[in-house]
Amino acid sequence: MIEVENLTKLYGSVVALRQVSFRVDQGEIVGFLGPNGAGKTTALRILTCFMPPTSGTARVAGLDCQQHSLEVRGKIGYLPENVPLYPDMTTRRFLAFAAAAKGVSRSRTGQEIERVMEVCTIASVAERLIGHLSKGYRQRIGIAQALLNDPAILILDEPTIGLDPTQIVEIRSLIKELGSERTIILSSHILPEVSQICQRILIINNGQIVATDTPANLTVQLQRNLQVYLEVEGPRTEVMRKIEAMTGVLEVKPTNGESSYLIETSRGQDLRPVLARTVVESGWQLRELKLQDLSLEDIFMQLVTDEGAGEKQE
Amino acid sequence: MKGTYVVYRKELYGLFASPIFYVVAFIFLTLVGYFFYSSVAYYSLLSFQAGRNPFLSEQLNLTDMVLEPFFGSISVVLLLMVPLITMRLFAEEKKTGTVELLFTYPISDRGAVLGKFGACVSVLALLLAATLPAMFLLEAFTNPPWPTIMGGYLGLLLTCSAFVSLGLFASSLTQNQIIAATVAFGALLLLWIIGWAETLVGPTLGSFLKYLSLLTHFDNFARGILDSRDVFYYLLFTLFFLFTTLRILESRHWRG
Repeated sequence: MIEVENLTKLYGSVVALRQVSFRVDQGEIVGFLGPNGAGKTTALRILTCFMPPTSGTARVAGLDCQQHSLEVRGKIGYLPENVPLYPDMTTRRFLAFAAAAKGVSRSRTGQEIERVMEVCTIASVAERLIGHLSKGYRQRIGIAQALLNDPAILILDEPTIGLDPTQIVEIRSLIKELGSERTIILSSHILPEVSQICQRILIINNGQIVATDTPANLTVQLQRNLQVYLEVEGPRTEVMRKIEAMTGVLEVKPTNGESSYLIETSRGQDLRPVLARTVVESGWQLRELKLQDLSLEDIFMQLVTDEGAGEKQE
Repeated sequence: MKGTYVVYRKELYGLFASPIFYVVAFIFLTLVGYFFYSSVAYYSLLSFQAGRNPFLSEQLNLTDMVLEPFFGSISVVLLLMVPLITMRLFAEEKKTGTVELLFTYPISDRGAVLGKFGACVSVLALLLAATLPAMFLLEAFTNPPWPTIMGGYLGLLLTCSAFVSLGLFASSLTQNQIIAATVAFGALLLLWIIGWAETLVGPTLGSFLKYLSLLTHFDNFARGILDSRDVFYYLLFTLFFLFTTLRILESRHWRG
């Protein structure tokens, strides 16, 4: 559905995207993940034909974004970052404008507006001026306009930013629902969000894609070491020394707590029984012992801070 | 041209929803009313005097004494006001980011430009139509030369389209509305009076500058002279700036 090849975008001498290639198949929900300024918005703007790439090609449904701009734009529903809307229009009037702009026929316009207002639960503010509405409503109006004319592809740039927690949950389930029949690309810098909604994640950093896979696979692949959390009452130096001497232990880090430690062990080796025994045999009090899963958050941090790890994954 | 009508309707709504239009309309009509009143009052004063002076009465006529100054003053007021109406067209969309919506909808650049242009010209035509009662008032007292009046209004309409096209161009250059208005006003004023330099430069350049001047071409209309060169000049002026606006918008495709 979407094919991107060697996309490069320069803003003057600043590189926003560097040789980015990826593809998104029909019906997929793909998440663009990256820190602020990583190039997510730039990539989405190129896909929506708002700006052209410096080099490389972007194709949507087999059509080149530059040569067949109008056709491509007709297939995409786009929610830009920060949700720009016309503040002096009412919700209904704005949606009517968007519908007309997207080529919805006049006879279907009313019905289509009702439909998207219902889906996004904004019917209650239909006659209010957009400028007077809260961020949450505006965000949903932004999504509603993207849904007009039922586009096959939805591109959402940070769809949940600025919403309150209940709204975030609502929007996420809405996106999941929509994704059952559409291709969706969304960008975010919030990890749990992407891992919950998306079938596939593209992690982008400094204008390059550093990893792409399902959330589950990413977690497995990147979990090189296991971490064990240990809380024990005993002389700190003594404990550290004894644990460090054990086979399979890579590193012991005392944490902020009075008597707790993070122990890094090599993969495929569960040291918990041995640790428990050691503690008990030394006559210390074992308070807590648990395996710590490396969260996607940690993986993300690893990828965006550690270039070497990222390249290995590519 | 796709989307011209959609953008046209949206802009028309935007213009009527914005307070700028009402302020401009109020000031415009007040000024025009004042100019009309003063020229008519002066004319009637002179007419009384002319009753005792046959030489003077030969020189008195409505076109010279009322219509020409009336159209002339409207055109000057437009020169001041049009930049205020056109400044928001693209600058505001850029500032608020809605330009990203506009240009990711399946609307062509040309459609967007023509829609905005058309909406502004329509609104100004409405303002001009609101000055027509003054002409009907003349009808009540005398026999106004209607062909001259129609020529004058045609000239004003063409002036509006020329002013709007330049205003639109200025607005596409920047995201700051004040800058857009200043650029438009400065450029219009310069083009208005550039013919004044005629006597200072050589005859070739002088006649060129005179031809370039908006004022030269408008004067003919105000006097009721319909010259195809003037019509052509205004249309060319308008097309030129619509074209450059389009090029400016397209430049986003190759500028870094």
